[in-house]
Amino acid sequence: MEVKKEELLHIANLARLKLQDNEIEKYLLNLQDILNYANLINKVDVEGLKETVGERDSYNVFRKDEIDIFGNIDGMIKNFPEEQDDMIRVPKVVQ
Amino acid sequence: MDITELTVHELQEKLKNKELTITEINKAYIDRINEKEKDIQAFITLTTDEALEKSKNIEEKVNKGEIKGELAGIPIGIKDNMCINGVKTTCASKMLENFIAPYNATVIEKINDENMISLGKTNMDEFAMGSSTETSYFKKTKNPWDLSKVPGGSSGGSAAAVAANMVPWALGSDTGGSIRQPAGCCGIVGLKPTYGLVSRYGLIAYASSLDQIGTFTKDVEDTAILLNVIAGHDDRDTTSAKKEKKDYTKALKNDVKGLKIAVPKEFFGDGINKEVKESIEKAIEKYKELGAIVEEVSLDIANYALATYYIIACAEASSNLGRFDGIRYGYRSPKFNNLRDIYINSRSEGFGDEVKRRIILGTYVLSSGYYDAYYKKAQQVRTLVKSRFDEVFENHDIILTPTAPTTAFKIGEKSDNPLEMYLSDICTVSLNIAGLPGLSIPCGVDSEGMPVGMQLIGKRFDEETILNAGYTYEQATKFRETYKPTFKK
Amino acid sequence: MSIEEYETVIGLEVHAELSTKTKIFCKCPTKFGAEPNTQVCPICMAMPGTLPVLNEKVVEYAVKAGITTNCEIERNSKNDRKNYFYPDLPKAYQISQYDRPLCKNGNIEITVDGEKKKIGITRIHIEEDAGKLNHDDFGGGSLVDLNRAGVPLIEIVSEPDMRSSKEVDAYLKKLKAILEYIEVSDCKMQEGSFRADVNVSVRKKGQKEFGTRTEMKNMNSFRSIVRAIEYERQRQIEVIENGGKIEQETLRWDDVSGRTFSMRDKEDAQDYRYFPDPDLVAIKLSEEYIENIKNNLPELPESRKQRYLEDYKLTVKEADGLTASKYLSNLFEEATKISNNPKAVCNWIMSDISRILNERELEPSDIKFSGKDLAELIDLIEKGTISSAIAKKVLDKMFDEAKKPEDIIKENGWIQISDEGAIKEVVIKILEANPQSVADYKAGKEKALGFLVGQAMKETKGQANPQMLNQMFKEELK
Repeated sequence: MEVKKEELLHIANLARLKLQDNEIEKYLLNLQDILNYANLINKVDVEGLKETVGERDSYNVFRKDEIDIFGNIDGMIKNFPEEQDDMIRVPKVVQ
Repeated sequence: MDITELTVHELQEKLKNKELTITEINKAYIDRINEKEKDIQAFITLTTDEALEKSKNIEEKVNKGEIKGELAGIPIGIKDNMCINGVKTTCASKMLENFIAPYNATVIEKINDENMISLGKTNMDEFAMGSSTETSYFKKTKNPWDLSKVPGGSSGGSAAAVAANMVPWALGSDTGGSIRQPAGCCGIVGLKPTYGLVSRYGLIAYASSLDQIGTFTKDVEDTAILLNVIAGHDDRDTTSAKKEKKDYTKALKNDVKGLKIAVPKEFFGDGINKEVKESIEKAIEKYKELGAIVEEVSLDIANYALATYYIIACAEASSNLGRFDGIRYGYRSPKFNNLRDIYINSRSEGFGDEVKRRIILGTYVLSSGYYDAYYKKAQQVRTLVKSRFDEVFENHDIILTPTAPTTAFKIGEKSDNPLEMYLSDICTVSLNIAGLPGLSIPCGVDSEGMPVGMQLIGKRFDEETILNAGYTYEQATKFRETYKPTFKK
Repeated sequence: MSIEEYETVIGLEVHAELSTKTKIFCKCPTKFGAEPNTQVCPICMAMPGTLPVLNEKVVEYAVKAGITTNCEIERNSKNDRKNYFYPDLPKAYQISQYDRPLCKNGNIEITVDGEKKKIGITRIHIEEDAGKLNHDDFGGGSLVDLNRAGVPLIEIVSEPDMRSSKEVDAYLKKLKAILEYIEVSDCKMQEGSFRADVNVSVRKKGQKEFGTRTEMKNMNSFRSIVRAIEYERQRQIEVIENGGKIEQETLRWDDVSGRTFSMRDKEDAQDYRYFPDPDLVAIKLSEEYIENIKNNLPELPESRKQRYLEDYKLTVKEADGLTASKYLSNLFEEATKISNNPKAVCNWIMSDISRILNERELEPSDIKFSGKDLAELIDLIEKGTISSAIAKKVLDKMFDEAKKPEDIIKENGWIQISDEGAIKEVVIKILEANPQSVADYKAGKEKALGFLVGQAMKETKGQANPQMLNQMFKEELK
């Protein structure tokens, strides 16, 4: 599969990344290279095989509905890039 | 006596016999760090001042009998992708340059429960993406055996720090080989446990279904001791296995008679360096001498596994790294007029090239139209890889392969070719795909004096067998006594 | 062509916040209205390295909702990630369910204008709520509060089976009642714990294909939903009649101007990149688990309604009205345990209590007094301690403060005067002050008596027992 420039830019936008004009060529090449390699998997016969998503031997690992208050909220608030009244300040969100 | 040459079990012995004190040990390591860090660049954040303070405190308590524990006061290095409350945790990224973790990872709690002392946070590839520790935003760690070479990666800081005796042991994480490959490059022992044996809570995720915390040590006995500390079920990680606690030191029997070792011929193919091959073949002969039964088998999965790995790891990473958006913590670009700018500029300026490349690849394979061809297919191949391993394990106890296709390469040698860099993981990734444990131990050096790593692969949750196999080989060959890092410039 | 030739097609996605004590993936409390960012922890704030652990009650509540809406329960379910960037979404993905929702293929029966109709339920899945964006009036920015981030939700997706705003209203009320009865959600619309995304399209009657739909998100009042559907239906028909085309888009309903606005952001073609969450393991539900939930369900509205018809001889309208809300129905049941006058209890609930709820824009769940209090109030009227006029005043006060009706009456000195001496005193006073009326009455003008009684009531601020007054005046005027 060939990756087109528009497609790369669309994907970068989905990931909220901006590529500089001089980077685009390089990323295209890299992506194409890696995808070509990744296409190896399409040579594998997987007919009828189920999908493995990590640790799938266990199931129903639940938690009881019991409250526990976290003791270091300040430690999190101190990491806010911009803080106001204990909230995170961001530019106005147009809704 | 050079304290920093000792293994942890040797340190324990000397503490017990009152030949050494906890502060003496910590001071010796801190001095060593002060001496070597300028050459090795293993640490992103040093907490040696706090550590010295803590060691005095712990020593006092131990003397008063207030705390027991055979590991009290033993120093350790922590890869900088594990959260320590109140300490900068950067993942070697500009994105988290000023992030102070507000909580402790489960492994850190376990380390603290033992009253062990962290000396600092070690360098790594940015967000653990890389095989050379060159993608770190902060510094390039050097290989203690040759300062012009990489220490491997992504846990290169931890590996180099242990190899250079700056810490007696360290924690790392392994998503596709990030413990075993640098351990191999630096001539030390590295263990990636079975997926689910060690809690991932507090480990900053790269690829959730592949990430696993493990150990860097000078010998296999220390591996068993440290694994005893960090293994165990954790309610906070639903993928953590509910298994009974084991004492891994009991598995070290120094005996491999009758052990069935499978050697997959595909792991010795074209891409594998000749000298690496020779070293491994010698090790195989050694095992035969020791009474193990070695059989060549076919396990044709390495290339598929690597392709699968890059699809799955990047897909998960593209989602896991979404939270680094300049909103709640981490880097927020000063250049913004609106919300969109914050997202795009913070992420574009905060992430390095390799991270962006993997996010883009991961976003691509999950995006509509490609999901089935790549992601879904990869999950199916994953099932296939698992079952191929299972087949081999039906008749064998362990599988033996090289840890990496080459010894450590020159700094800068592969940084322009991502795919070539990815091939460094060809021998290690399939274990992460299948969730299997792998131990890398040094088994010789090449003509340039660079260490070669041998990988022992075990059945799921059967760390004991590979630890015993590694231990037995180590006892018979005494690599550490024969070869030492030269700090060649 | 006229508007009658068109048919409206409506489907709903209802989000109901589950009334668990803790969030879906962490141990933080879910209480509404806390100070900003006080009910947060590293997990719901998406601090790096944290992992989710699913709250068992969330699964149980969703299965309950599925069973009571006649859904099939998925035996082998899982959680998936929905990826998008927004400041109220800390992880930049929402943990939701994609292709294996816990419940699917259900339905709810509604009655509109006496006609019964089944509305299909496509699916019910569990997911986490997002945080809240508060507007900063001074600096022109937004402030993110993550208390709500991670509060458990079920999303109930209906089939596009509704054809009028009336059906939508009936469907929503029925669904709300069910969720309240099985106690999985408090369904407080003002607090956003029961809200709907409304999909509307129109087509010519008899046409098979659906028209292009528009979606209005996060509507949280029945009235707005009905208005918005009516508006959108008219708008779409007008566009089509004028030769235009409906664009599939998300709209925002503005209650003040009574119209919809486009929310479209052309820069962002959405692609949520759903994939199974590798941090969570599968959810497998056994027959036993499901049976156990089935066997422990509380009584549902339909069954209560039948009981009210048979046991209390209420009318269908009354029984429907009471059972539409679990809280009102519970109030009725509690009160009738004490009061032996179910009709009176029903009347008070359906008239005065409902009126006050309406006037004050309250939900039945906001009622502070108990059924026992209501029964006592009714008993006090029957015993003649207070008049029904006073009772209405007492009821009003009962909405303000959690006090017993007797205490309210005492505090306000509202006890009905039934003491013969006291009444006689008033009667004589009024007779002396109104000689003309006395003369009129004696001259045969019956009306004058009414006037005198009225004066006496005024004098006693409504507290005199009206029957006794009547009788006493008659006697004195003999």
